[in-house]
Amino acid sequence: MSRNGTAGGGPAIEAHGLVKIYGGTRALDGIDLTVQRGQVFGFLGPNGAGKTTTIRILATLTRPDGGTARVLGFDVVSGRNAIRARAAVTGQFASIDDDLTGHENLVVFGRLRGLSRAASRRRADELLAAFDLTGSSGCPAGSYSGGMRRRLDLGASLIVTPDLLFLDEPTTGMDPRSQSQVWELVRQIAAAGTTVLLTTQYLAEADQLAEQIAVIDHGRIVAEGTSAQLKARVGSGALQVRLLDGQQRSQAQAVLARTLDGPVQLGADPLALSVPLAAQADAADVGRLAGHAMTRLSEARVAVAEVTLGQPSLHEAFLALTGRPASPAVTDHQDVQP
Amino acid sequence: MTLPAATASRAVPQPHRAAGLLAPSGPPRRAGAIAASATFGWRAILKIKHEPKQLTDVIAIPVLITVLFTYIFGGAIGGTPGHYLKTLLPGTLSMSIAIVTMYGGARLAQDVTTGVFDRFRSMAVWRGALVLGGLLSDIGRYLFAAVIVVVLGLIMGYRPGGGAPGVIAAVALVIAFGLSLSWLWAAVALLVRDPALVISIANAVLIPLSFASNIFVQPRTMPGWLQAFVNVNPISHVANATRDLMNNTSGAGGPVTWCLVATAAITLVFAPLTLHLYNKQR
Repeated sequence: MSRNGTAGGGPAIEAHGLVKIYGGTRALDGIDLTVQRGQVFGFLGPNGAGKTTTIRILATLTRPDGGTARVLGFDVVSGRNAIRARAAVTGQFASIDDDLTGHENLVVFGRLRGLSRAASRRRADELLAAFDLTGSSGCPAGSYSGGMRRRLDLGASLIVTPDLLFLDEPTTGMDPRSQSQVWELVRQIAAAGTTVLLTTQYLAEADQLAEQIAVIDHGRIVAEGTSAQLKARVGSGALQVRLLDGQQRSQAQAVLARTLDGPVQLGADPLALSVPLAAQADAADVGRLAGHAMTRLSEARVAVAEVTLGQPSLHEAFLALTGRPASPAVTDHQDVQP
Repeated sequence: MTLPAATASRAVPQPHRAAGLLAPSGPPRRAGAIAASATFGWRAILKIKHEPKQLTDVIAIPVLITVLFTYIFGGAIGGTPGHYLKTLLPGTLSMSIAIVTMYGGARLAQDVTTGVFDRFRSMAVWRGALVLGGLLSDIGRYLFAAVIVVVLGLIMGYRPGGGAPGVIAAVALVIAFGLSLSWLWAAVALLVRDPALVISIANAVLIPLSFASNIFVQPRTMPGWLQAFVNVNPISHVANATRDLMNNTSGAGGPVTWCLVATAAITLVFAPLTLHLYNKQR
């Protein structure tokens, strides 16, 4: 990504031992973070874990009480104007003006980004069209739905394409349709070479978007890696089978126990079974084992409706990594039946 | 068969590129201080356009102060309306503008508690622009309030001895003084970050200053300690300066000079303080 080469050298974000204390509470308790240029980096944790505080420090809105951080090669304290000119923030705290129309919001932000009046208007029109907001461009942003608001919010961050985009919980409280729209937008932004640091309390969101994920809890990073690496730390997952006929479940149970040499768990659903796979099995092994099991079931004339080879959900990973369940807000669409 | 499910769901679909989503990016630019301040001034005017009831205070306060106090205190001061308005109207002009200044502070306190303030701070914009832009729009509000007072005065029978130049000079003076107070309330707003609290604090300061002044009653009827207070009260000095300019009674121009010095002094203290508070990272 040649565009990213225009700023200072080094990784997009490099933080060492970030500490922030609010009234005696260590909101951040020594955060180390490296985000490579062009990466989509997911920052995953429950409410109050320290995600927003970290973003505020990296976006130069809050001063760290300890530690250092360089963003796009500039120090977050001494180089904040250089960072502000190259990065954009969108999220729970950095928002839009409810009293102004969508168009006026974007023109104001365009002027503040150094565009001329005419260029700001032109860019506002382009962005409103790209974000499917042209029809409401003359309405006050306060009257927008949650999804429209977040799209306008993202648009405001893209008036001048940033080298680094901070997204603080971009889809919290959104309906699934708006959520997938925002995901699609984030993918497009990332595909164009912008580095994205995304915080989320949705495990599925980090899984969907981020190449690298850091799990944060109580102001500390408790795990880091790709989604697959994090999942691997709690095992290789489970083979889940759904039958056409519940009568055949005990027969299927026997076949699977023999083939996969593991304890077969019966779900609450009378048609479902699942077999946890050994942690040491690698991906190729897992696929071969699953295929083998299918062949045996077919030979035994057990009618199978659906087979899923599920890696453990990040929900389970979170529990394993932090030693406690994620807060109730943390959910995952692919929770495995025990 | 969905084998293996998790991996399949991670495959990144080919982005359907919405036209115009991403702008070709050049070297980072930043808005100049003047352009940024003008943008914030324009934003404040847009907000008035969308919510015209914001102007209620700017209309109601000058009307109430001028009409009510003229008829309540006018008789006590004595003489014909044309006579007592000479003393009273420049005073109500000073008081109206002074009171109206607090709403700028309330607006700033409102701004800094909403999410958009953090977005402004996250951009490479001159730090004073938001406050200065608000002040630019305040000039319009103060001028609006001043015109209301002057027009009401003329309707009620006030005839300024200083003519149009005197009235214009007086209005310019109270607006300048009002702007220095705006910096003061801006600093308060950034400290307390609560619009209602800004209004309470400003009221607690401005109401006693307005009444314990020479706007309505000559201080010679007051007890000695109060006279002493009235004579150092900045609102008294502003009222005197406004009277001198509007009625063309400025001999040596003492009150006008005092007023300009006070305006400069308040601005010099509170403008840097406000900018410091604005830029402080929490």
